[in-house]
Amino acid sequence: MTIKSMTTKSTAATARTDSGALALLCLVAWAVPGAGHLWLGRRQKGVVFLAALLVMFVLGLWLEGRIFPLALSEPLVALAAIANFGVGVPWLLARMLDLGGGTVTAVTYEYGNCFLIVAGLLNFLVMLDAYDIATGRK
Amino acid sequence: MTSHLLLMVVFALLVSTVFAVLLRDEPRDQLWTGARMFAAFVGVGLLLGWLMYPLPL
Repeated sequence: MTIKSMTTKSTAATARTDSGALALLCLVAWAVPGAGHLWLGRRQKGVVFLAALLVMFVLGLWLEGRIFPLALSEPLVALAAIANFGVGVPWLLARMLDLGGGTVTAVTYEYGNCFLIVAGLLNFLVMLDAYDIATGRK
Repeated sequence: MTSHLLLMVVFALLVSTVFAVLLRDEPRDQLWTGARMFAAFVGVGLLLGWLMYPLPL
């Protein structure tokens, strides 16, 4: 085996490890808002994201917003479901505990939906920011 | 908590906090950006509210 081929193999292995670590980072950043930043040592940012996004999600549930099902026959509902999914483990817990049923007649229903949807979308942005930091783009 | 204004202010506060921390690295810059963004959210919200006031619903 030549040095060149060893180097190539070593680089490929490093790239695989890096992409594996990046995928894990993205998974963690999605699952727990702010966890990606905490992992990368950006403690202040991570704590702010964790607090703000959890407060938004809990407020959305408290305001009787709905966690939408992934109904592909209704495109807007499906988009809202994808946005809800963005917040990670809190979404999973809410689904498991049967929260987020939504009360259409409640005066705060639309506000609740807005808080829930935006919390998920912001967490997608936070996850992308963690990815950018990890790859050295920021 | 059914005050539309209060809910709008809370929403603006949380969103502007997240955006300010995402966009800026220094705490001083974050505070300044967040404050401006929060003021813009609330100001535009109030303005749009008053513009829509005469519209029948």
